[in-house]
Amino acid sequence: MTRVPLRPLARILRARTLGENPDTIERENLRLRHEQMRDKSRGQAQLRLVILILCFFSAFTLIGARMGMLASTEPVEPRSSAGGDAIASGRADIEDRNGHVLATNMQTNALYVQTRDLVDPRRVATELSQIFPDLDAETLHRRFTDGRSFMWVRKVLSPEQVQAVHEIGDPGLLFGPREMRLYPNGTLAAHVLGGSSFGAEGVGSAQIIGTAGIEKFMDSRLSDPEQAGRPLRLSLDMTVQAHVEELLETGVNMYSARGGAVILMNIKTGEILSMASMPTFDPNDRPNPLVKGEPGDSPLFNRAVQGLYELGSTYKIFAAAQAMDLGLLNADSPVDTSFLKIGRKTISEYDGHNYGPTKTLSEVIEVSSNIGSGHIALMIGAERQQAFLRSLGLFSSSPVELIEAMGAKPQYPKKWPDIVTVTAAFGHGVSSSPLNLATAYATIANGGVTVKPTLLAQADPTPGDRVMSAYAAEESVKMLRRVVVSGTATMADIPGYEVAGKTGTADKPSPTGGYYDDKVINTFAAVFPASHPEYVLVVSLDEPVETSGSKPLRTAGWTAVPLAAEIIKRAAPLLGMRPVVEPAGTDALTAVKQ
Amino acid sequence: MRPVIYVLTFIAVLGLGFWAYRENYATQASLREVAQLQDEIAQLRDSLAIQRAEWAYLNRPSRLRDLAAVNFDRLGLMPMQASQFGVVAEVSYPTQNASIAIDIENTVDVAGELVAAEIEPSGEVQTP
Repeated sequence: MTRVPLRPLARILRARTLGENPDTIERENLRLRHEQMRDKSRGQAQLRLVILILCFFSAFTLIGARMGMLASTEPVEPRSSAGGDAIASGRADIEDRNGHVLATNMQTNALYVQTRDLVDPRRVATELSQIFPDLDAETLHRRFTDGRSFMWVRKVLSPEQVQAVHEIGDPGLLFGPREMRLYPNGTLAAHVLGGSSFGAEGVGSAQIIGTAGIEKFMDSRLSDPEQAGRPLRLSLDMTVQAHVEELLETGVNMYSARGGAVILMNIKTGEILSMASMPTFDPNDRPNPLVKGEPGDSPLFNRAVQGLYELGSTYKIFAAAQAMDLGLLNADSPVDTSFLKIGRKTISEYDGHNYGPTKTLSEVIEVSSNIGSGHIALMIGAERQQAFLRSLGLFSSSPVELIEAMGAKPQYPKKWPDIVTVTAAFGHGVSSSPLNLATAYATIANGGVTVKPTLLAQADPTPGDRVMSAYAAEESVKMLRRVVVSGTATMADIPGYEVAGKTGTADKPSPTGGYYDDKVINTFAAVFPASHPEYVLVVSLDEPVETSGSKPLRTAGWTAVPLAAEIIKRAAPLLGMRPVVEPAGTDALTAVKQ
Repeated sequence: MRPVIYVLTFIAVLGLGFWAYRENYATQASLREVAQLQDEIAQLRDSLAIQRAEWAYLNRPSRLRDLAAVNFDRLGLMPMQASQFGVVAEVSYPTQNASIAIDIENTVDVAGELVAAEIEPSGEVQTP
């Protein structure tokens, strides 16, 4: 800055010559200088103020913005307090009674396409169709280019497929994590497990929902996040189930049956150790329901629970048990087996047999006399008979934990004239599922106390109601034992396991009315061991025929009974049941030791 | 006296500030580690689930049945039968006389640990 002198010599000299006071010049200059200095410092002060204002403004803006941010963000839990457990999979596993896995989850990926990001739709379509042979390249390309922005390609991929899709390398191909339900044992216990599919689906995750069987019935329990870590333990025994299914399949093939069902149940707890139905399916790849034809022919149909059949002579023991419970008869009381006519309808024996004028109650069961059972039922009377059958659970759908059981309500006539009383005594005119029958037999075997059939492992079952005296129940089991020892089910007499049971051969009702001559349902309901019953086994075969002899045999004694015998032979040792009598003879090893 | 207290207080504030600063970063490091470990746990849990599924798949009854059939020559596995239950009476214990026949003299009590490799397979098992 150029400094202006206060007393410039030129102006002083000129002022002196003019006779003026040179001090005024100095004062004037001083004044000007002071004005200059004042302006300068005012400018500086103003600048400082502006800076200060800016500082405050930005500070308050910062604080305000931070407060706004805090107010608008989602509250986040402090990470250190997030517990380490129970982040496990979404749906609980299903295990058998011994902890073998029946259903579990697996992490996979779903494939979807953001078509706007596709670089080369043509190439992507071609390569995808090579990875997934069931996709058509042309269709894919058309769908990629028809204006949609998003498209699912696959719901689940195998790791190899994920890698293959990665190698296409197009940015429009994206993966969504998926939890997949896996049934590692394939068809094992398919009808019990049912199946599952995806419910609500998003890119990030998808919900698994049960579509049938116990997966659907227990859906809320299985999808409950609180219980996701604890597997659902079923009463099934996987080993026994595998043997039962193998034998049932063999039996169905051997006797050219349309299908069959087996139920093995613990009579004390009601736990179902094995439930099988043929034909079966793979729950990993659940087939679609049939759109035409009989639903009963679908592999999805659970014959053990949904199959409502007239179960024939297996019902006779109920009439006998009730007659003994009411004190009308005892095991040795004579029963008329000569002739029975209700209205215009004459009751006849199977295959035109004639069992003579009288038989004891025990013999009626042993030879399976229709006429004898009819007479017993008439003694009991319609009302008491209905009440008894109802108390055994034969008139209501089974309370088992399967969604299918709810819809399978046993069928029985609304009116109950004498003819129904008589036919119901030998299992015609009323139909129920094999599971209903197994439950009723379990009640008899359990000393007359009802049991609730269940598919869940039970630690302490609730005791049921008593529906008949222990005496009647015990005598009934003895009669069933006689059926196996010397009656219609001798093939089931397995040494050591004291099998007791009753056969049933029922003609199939024709959809056009009446009954088929050559189509039957063969059932064998067994209790073993007879001296202290533990298990009930029901085997039911649909349209079986035994063709090894000269003429085809369609009675249960030739089809269901040998199958049941084979199942007991295999299953009883697996259940840890020691044969009651000692094994006959010694083999080479024990002989040497002695 | 007062200046000393001021100085000490100032030093204490400095020290606490430094401590708080370090704790803050130590906590953040721990939180990161926890998050990392939780991720690892989740991954391990996933692979555990896969391996359980794999194990169940490899041990499915139909496969074991087929394997038993394929290897029947070597293993001779058959379904379990009722006759395979034994009774205790069939187990051949050594007779009472056998232990009397051996005359044991100068018995001593011994105590110690058995080492598996040093046990010689003996022909007969003595039961008291």
